[in-house]
Formats: sequence, C-alpha cells, structure tokens
Amino acid sequence: MNLEEYKGVYVFAQQVDNEISSIAFELLGKAKDLAKDLNTEVTAVLVGSGIKGLADQLAEYGADKVIVVDDPELKDYRTEPYAHALSSVINKYKPEIMLVGATAIGRDLGPRVSARVATGLTADCTVLEIGDFPLQAVPGQEQLHNQLLMTRPAFGGNTIATIACPYNRPQMATVRAGVMQKIDPIKGAKAVVEEFNPGFTPDNKYVEILDIVKAVTETVDIMDAKILVSGGRGVGSPENFKILEELAEVLGGTVSCSRAVVDSGWKPKDLQVGQTGKTVRPNVYFAIGISGAIQHVAGMEESDIIVAINKDADAPIFDVADYGVVGDLNKIVPKLTAALKAEIAAAQ
Amino acid sequence: MDFTLSKEHEMARALFKEFAEKEVKPLAQEVDETEVFPRETVEKMAKLGFLGIPVPKEYGGQGCDPLTYAMCVEELSKVCGTTGVIVSAHTSLCCDPIMTYGTEEQKQKYLIPLAKGEKLGAFGLTEPGAGTDAQGQQTKAVLDGDEWVLNGSKCFITNGKEADVYVIFAITGTVEKRGRMTKEISAFIVEKGTPGFTFGTKEKKMGIRGSSTYELIFTDCRIPKDNLLGQQGKGFGIAMHTLDGGRIGIASQALGLAEGALETTIQYVKERKQFGRTIGAFQNTQFQLADMATKVQAAQLLVYKAAMAKATQKVYSVEAAMAKLYAAEVAMEVTTKAVQLHGGYGYIREYDVERMMRDAKITEIYEGTSEVQRMVISGSLLK
Amino acid sequence: MKIVVCIKQVPDTKGGVKFNPDGTLDRGAMLTIMNPDDKAGLEAALRLKDQYDAEVTVVTMGLPKAEEVLREAMAMGADKGVLVTDRVLGGADTWATSTTLAGAIRNLDYDLIITGRQAIDGDTAQVGPQISEHLNIPVISYAQDIKIEGDSVIVERQYEDRYHVVKAKMPCLITALSELNEPRYMTPGGIFDAYKQEITVWGRADLKDVDDANLGLKGSPTKIAKASDKVRKGAGEKVTLDPDESVSYIVDKLKVKHVI
Repeated sequence: MNLEEYKGVYVFAQQVDNEISSIAFELLGKAKDLAKDLNTEVTAVLVGSGIKGLADQLAEYGADKVIVVDDPELKDYRTEPYAHALSSVINKYKPEIMLVGATAIGRDLGPRVSARVATGLTADCTVLEIGDFPLQAVPGQEQLHNQLLMTRPAFGGNTIATIACPYNRPQMATVRAGVMQKIDPIKGAKAVVEEFNPGFTPDNKYVEILDIVKAVTETVDIMDAKILVSGGRGVGSPENFKILEELAEVLGGTVSCSRAVVDSGWKPKDLQVGQTGKTVRPNVYFAIGISGAIQHVAGMEESDIIVAINKDADAPIFDVADYGVVGDLNKIVPKLTAALKAEIAAAQ
Repeated sequence: MDFTLSKEHEMARALFKEFAEKEVKPLAQEVDETEVFPRETVEKMAKLGFLGIPVPKEYGGQGCDPLTYAMCVEELSKVCGTTGVIVSAHTSLCCDPIMTYGTEEQKQKYLIPLAKGEKLGAFGLTEPGAGTDAQGQQTKAVLDGDEWVLNGSKCFITNGKEADVYVIFAITGTVEKRGRMTKEISAFIVEKGTPGFTFGTKEKKMGIRGSSTYELIFTDCRIPKDNLLGQQGKGFGIAMHTLDGGRIGIASQALGLAEGALETTIQYVKERKQFGRTIGAFQNTQFQLADMATKVQAAQLLVYKAAMAKATQKVYSVEAAMAKLYAAEVAMEVTTKAVQLHGGYGYIREYDVERMMRDAKITEIYEGTSEVQRMVISGSLLK
Repeated sequence: MKIVVCIKQVPDTKGGVKFNPDGTLDRGAMLTIMNPDDKAGLEAALRLKDQYDAEVTVVTMGLPKAEEVLREAMAMGADKGVLVTDRVLGGADTWATSTTLAGAIRNLDYDLIITGRQAIDGDTAQVGPQISEHLNIPVISYAQDIKIEGDSVIVERQYEDRYHVVKAKMPCLITALSELNEPRYMTPGGIFDAYKQEITVWGRADLKDVDDANLGLKGSPTKIAKASDKVRKGAGEKVTLDPDESVSYIVDKLKVKHVI
C-alpha cells in the first residue's frame, strides 16, 4: 500500500428516504477543519437511488466535490450494495480519510467496508484531529505527521482512548451523531459532481427487504434531547412527574428518569438514563430527586451542564453537579418553571 | 483440607445469587407485607430446576450435591427468608424421604413431578400435642382392605395448602419395646384433593410471612395402600432421618438471613452519617461488624460441612444439629445487631433488616428447636 | 441446523463501575460477565435450538480464563465450546479480532453465525460485520427478531426510526441487540454438566486461512496513541437556599451559560 497515493477527506453522506441525514452535514463540518489542516479537499460520497439532486445541499454544507453512486439497487439501505458502492469509491479515488456516521447504518457499513478494503476503523469517535503519531517522538520509531487522531470513549464512557491508523489507508472512523458542528450553510455553493457506478450484480449477500416499518414515536429519543429534565425516586409518584414535564416544556426539553423510577413502573424503560439505560449528553441535565448512584452518573456525567435539586445534602449527585441546590423539589420546581417562563417571554 | 469451592459451585452460587437479586428480592417486602405465597417465584424456580437440586437426573432432578442445594437456600434466604423455606421444606422434607424410602413406583409417580417442580411438597409430623415430643402423635391410620384410613390433624405445616404432595406421619398400631407398649408410627404419601383431607386455619406468623403455614385435617381420609412410605412401623426413624436433612436446609436459611443482614448493614453504615461522619467510622460499629462477620463465617463453615457430610456419610445427625443450632443463633444475633446498627430505621418495615430479624427467629424453633439440637449433640457426646 | 455464537467475557459495569481514589478505573475490582448483547445472541440461538433442534457452538477469543464464559454458555444449553487463545493473538483491534474469529469459524460447519451487536468494554459494534466480510457471507446487524424459513432467515433489523424485515439466505451472520430477548438462566445441573464436557482450545496454528500479518497487536491497523481512564468530573457548586432564592440561583446560572 502506497500511503502517498491517498488524498483528501471523504465523508459518507448518509441519506434515508432520499433525505440527507443531519450526521452527513456534521461530518462535512469536521471534514472541512481536517482538510484545512491537511491542505486538501472535502469530498462527499452520496449513495442511493435517484439522489443526484441532493448534491447541492452537500456543497452548501462544505463539500468541494460530490461523488454520486446512483443505482436502483441502492434504493433502501442494504449492507452489501452499499458496502460495494463505498469500497469501490475508496479503491478508485483513494481517500486519505473516510468518515462515516456512527448511526445504525454507519455502524454496519463502516466495519464491512473497512474489512473489504483492509484498513482500520475506529468506532464512535467524539474528537477528530490531525497530529503526530506517536504523539511524542520515540527513539527508534519514526514519528509520522499529519495523522488522523481519533478519540473515543470506551467502557460505557469510563475510559477514553486516542487511536491512530498510521500504516493503512484510508484512515476510517465512525463518528457519533450530535458531536461535530455543521457549518452555517453557504447558499448557492456548488461542488464538482462526479457520477460513478461500479456495477451492481446481486448475489447471495444481497438480502431481500420484505417490509419497512416506520416507528411511530411521539416521544423524542432522550439521547437526542438538548435539555433533559430527569426525575428520580425523590419525585415521589408518577403523578408528580407533571411538574417535571412542565419544566421540560418551558425549556423545549424532554423528561427522562433514573432506574428506580423505571423499576417502580412510573416511567417506561426507554426514558431511563444510566448504565442499564441510555447514555445521554445533553446541553443541560436537570437531576431532580435523583440521589446519583454511580450507575446513573455513568449515563449522564458527560452532560455539558448538570443542575441537581435534592433535599439530601449528602446525595452523591452533588459530586458531579455543576450547580447543586439542596432543597424540596416540590417547592422549587414549579417556581422555577414559572420564573423561566417569565424570562423567556421577556426575552422575546 | 481444602476450603475453596469448586468452579462449579462458584458458578452455581452466582446463578442463585443472580436469580435471588433479580427475581426474589424485588418481591420480598411485598411478600412479607401481604402474607401472600410467592407462587410466581416458585414457578420460575421450578423451570430452572431449583426444586430438585439434589435429586438424581433420572428422577427429574438436577443431580447436584447437597452443598449446591444448601447454597441455593442460602442465597434465596439472603434476600427473602420465605422463599428459602419454601425450597427447603419441599426439597428436604418431601423429595428427600421419597427419594430415600420410596418404592420405584412412588418415585416415578411422586418424585419426578416434585423434582421438576410440577408439584410442590410438604411434610406433616407436628401436631398440637406433638412438637418436640414427636412420639406424642395422635393421628391414626388404619388399613381397611386396599386403603389406609387417616384420622387426625397436623399443625404448623410449611407449604400447607400450596403443596400437592404431603409426607404424613400417623400411628399404625402399638408395639412392645423393652417391655413397654409404644406407638408404632408409619409414613404415608397423601395427595392434595384426596377426599377427607382438608385444611384448617392459616397461621399468622411473626416472620417468613409469605410461606403458607396451615393446619392439615384428616377425616376418614382414604389413601391407597401403596402410599405407605417405607416399611410399616418405621415412620419415626424416617421422620428423624428426614429432619437431619431438613436441618441442613434450615441452617442454610439461617445462614442466608445472617449474611443478608450483614451485607445490608455494611452498606448502610457506609452511607449513614451522624456527628459529621459515617457511622462505619465509629469503632463500636467496626467491632460489631467484625464479630458479626466472624460468626457468619463460622456458621457457613458448619453448614457447608454438614452438607458435605450428607453427601458422604450415612449418618450426619450431629453435623446437621450443630450447623442448625449455630447458624440459627447467629442469624438471630446478627439480625438483631443489624437492626440496632440501623437505629430507628432498622425498626421500620421499609428497611429489610426489620424483616430479616423477624424471619430469623423461626430458625431457632422449627425442624427441632435449639434445645432439641443440643439434646442431639449432647446425646452423641455422652452415649 | 448448526449455529455458531461468538461471545466475549467482559468486566461487569452493572454492579457499579469501581474507581481508584485518583478517579481512574479499578479493573481488578470488577467481576467479569458474559457480554450482554452476546448473551442475547446466545439466547436467540438456544431458542432456535429448542425449535429446530439446532446445534449451538459457542466461540470465544481471550485469555485462558475466558473458558468460564464458555462453561456458562454451555450451562445455559450450548452444545460445544471453542476457546481461541494464544499469546500472539493478544492486543488485537477489531480487524485482527475478526480475522482471528473468522479463521476459527472456518473450521466449523455453520448455517448461522450470531454475535452480539457490541461489547460493553469496547462498544465498537465492528467485529460481527467484519467477520461476515472475511467469510464472504451476508450480515444483518441490529437484529430485534429472528425467524427461520426454509433455508433463509427473516430478521427484523432495527434502525433509529424504523425497522426493516429482511430475508437472507443462510449461511448468514446476525448481530443481536440485547433487546432481542430475556436470556435464560443456567440450571444447576447444567453447570455441573458443562464442567464435565471438553472444551476445544485452539491456538494460532489452528486458525484456517489467515495471515500472521493480520493477527494480534502487530496485525492491528489501528494503534492506540493515548489511553486514559477518564477522571470523573469534579463537584461544582452546592447551595442551600430558600425556594425563591434557589430559583433565582438556577435562572442566573442558565442565563450565564446562555441556555436561556
């Protein structure tokens, strides 16, 4: 493998139902930074059926070039034709970096493609930067420059590792959704659009889609929420969650809960934050009546701002809270809702 | 002498522990509060083979040793004394005598469904006038053609009404022994639903409140002749031998209660603060815990030794008596101290140690009081 | 039908992650368990065994101690266990791990391979799909339901906002979600039987059609540049005020942070 041949930062521009997923724009935002450091271009790889018209959108979000693989076999996501499309692009265009969203599609496509093109893949990255490998020069080992350094949490977020892929190309990563920043779209921006079709011949690996069932969910996935108002056993009763719902509504947030609440049957499991529930990292996390057992903390300590309200001054939640308030949630929460409502109304 | 458990036993313990934590613990408080027999838990245990652990595989059991069975009762009792005794009474007092004394036909008919947990078992020896003095039996069985006719009553029967199969003791005549006429006792297998077999009042108990304790009443209850268990007239020996095994089960229950209370208390003293520090930082707490842990460990060694003796020895009465005597007294002592270390909280029902202390008391009483165990032990010393 | 299930022994994070006083992870203090997604995969295989009398072989790669997880799987009902262990296989990333497991599975007959979606220690979700690529068979990731129909599997494949009902010809690889089912418990007798059975132990030499260059630390394209046990976030402020003051305090903080 001649590593020098591999140039450019590539992004798999995921689309579903011919609508580009937000993750694609986020990846383009990051790819632009990386391309700048490497003094190269950003290329989006758009795979699907009847999707050519989407290329301009990718240009507006930072793609210099768009490679379009358009084929009827690519209508709905299936591992094999998509893996064939992306690995053919890699083999033909030889990108230096290939970014894929860590979505239900990307986490299937990424590993299959990386195995096919025989390179490394780092999963679920939260930080990407260009730097040296090894980080510090080590005697007897050549220090390589301009490497993609991929940082990711492991062990349920309890450890972090920075990983490089120094001797194989492309350097591939799947990137967690919601972490990278999109750029403000540049209206009217155009990219070089290139069509490429490697040919699709169905074989045993082409699975058959018998049915597509879209989930009808009214509730927002708590992992996507920017503001979470989370309640614990201290809320006292399922009815009393109403005061949390009102607070969430004022802030445009979502209600979540601790395991104790789920165990008591007050809230469904998909709202549970923690080791046995979901790991969340909203901008603001309100922990209300939650003592803060380590199982819970492991699922929310990544939140940007943590506000805790608890009547027990010794509750461990205060060990991770940015702003801890010792007091009765029944008295504080309704007043807080009212105060925020007034603040927001005044600001408009 | 090797005190380490085999990997198999370690894994079995992990299984019992996981089951107890996930399936039994969440119900323990409710079972105690409502005094409702945990039928669903029993069905879950049946599916996993917990109701036939020491029964050979050819009879529908798990083919494990008595130690594995003891560990099961121990782990269940750590979180719920009621569940522990249900398994113990079923296994030690009903499966075991049928396995030991039953005919092949009886084993096929009764032991297999019992071991598979399709049926639940119980044991009826105690009568209002015959507790520790088991010879004071009044229930009679008379052979009439091809049937035994039972009359009398049994009291304080664990798994009463819930069980399908009962091992029942009754007088079948009198024999001359050393020049004195004594009662001849025989054992029988009686099925629930047999005409003339009814249940009296349900007992309201201090502890193990979810276990179903009933009076059994026999009024001209006719059972097939073939339901005589063991030889006619050998009932007293069958009862005593069965109780030797049963005591290992109750000793395991007591051990579990003590361990459960100790673990709960260790957790509590690390969290509870008084005078600005955790109560675990006080030397009184530390020394209390040291004594509790030492006694629990000693009890465990005695219980495991008795369980292993059952696997390798024909007679293990003394080992079983010592294990039960000591484990029961340790259970009472440790749960009482656990309540004390919890202070006021230990006295309210929201806290598990309150229930554990009430559950512990019975282990000093049933399947031979502590006084009976002392009689058994001293009897062997002075014979 | 023959099913191969790949399982991994991982540190248990459920009973609380243990930390050293300096805030780093205390790995030694944590017990090990069968990875939850893998256990769901095993349960799915065992249900197919109950239904279609399939033969279930569990395969794990790890230190010799990983034998425990095979025994556990066998105590749940798996028929055979294969432990792949060799010093030269250590330090593998997902590429080298999938190469190794594929090399082991090539020695086995299979209609279906089931892996967990991801392991709770690495959280990569890569090994399953990569094995399928090495073996050149179809993969269906994120299975929330599995059925057999003739020589095909019909799987509900989960996505964020939908699921696809997908049909694939066997042999095929499926990655299982822990939501797939509630794994059964072992049975006491099953545990003792499991320890009486032979476990197949394979080393490097037993792997079929694999190149040394693709194994272990040396064969891993990804290299760790830096690893750290994350030091937990420290405590911020804590105030005890009356309710009105508490509200003003929170509102002020949210303003300062531009939340409102």
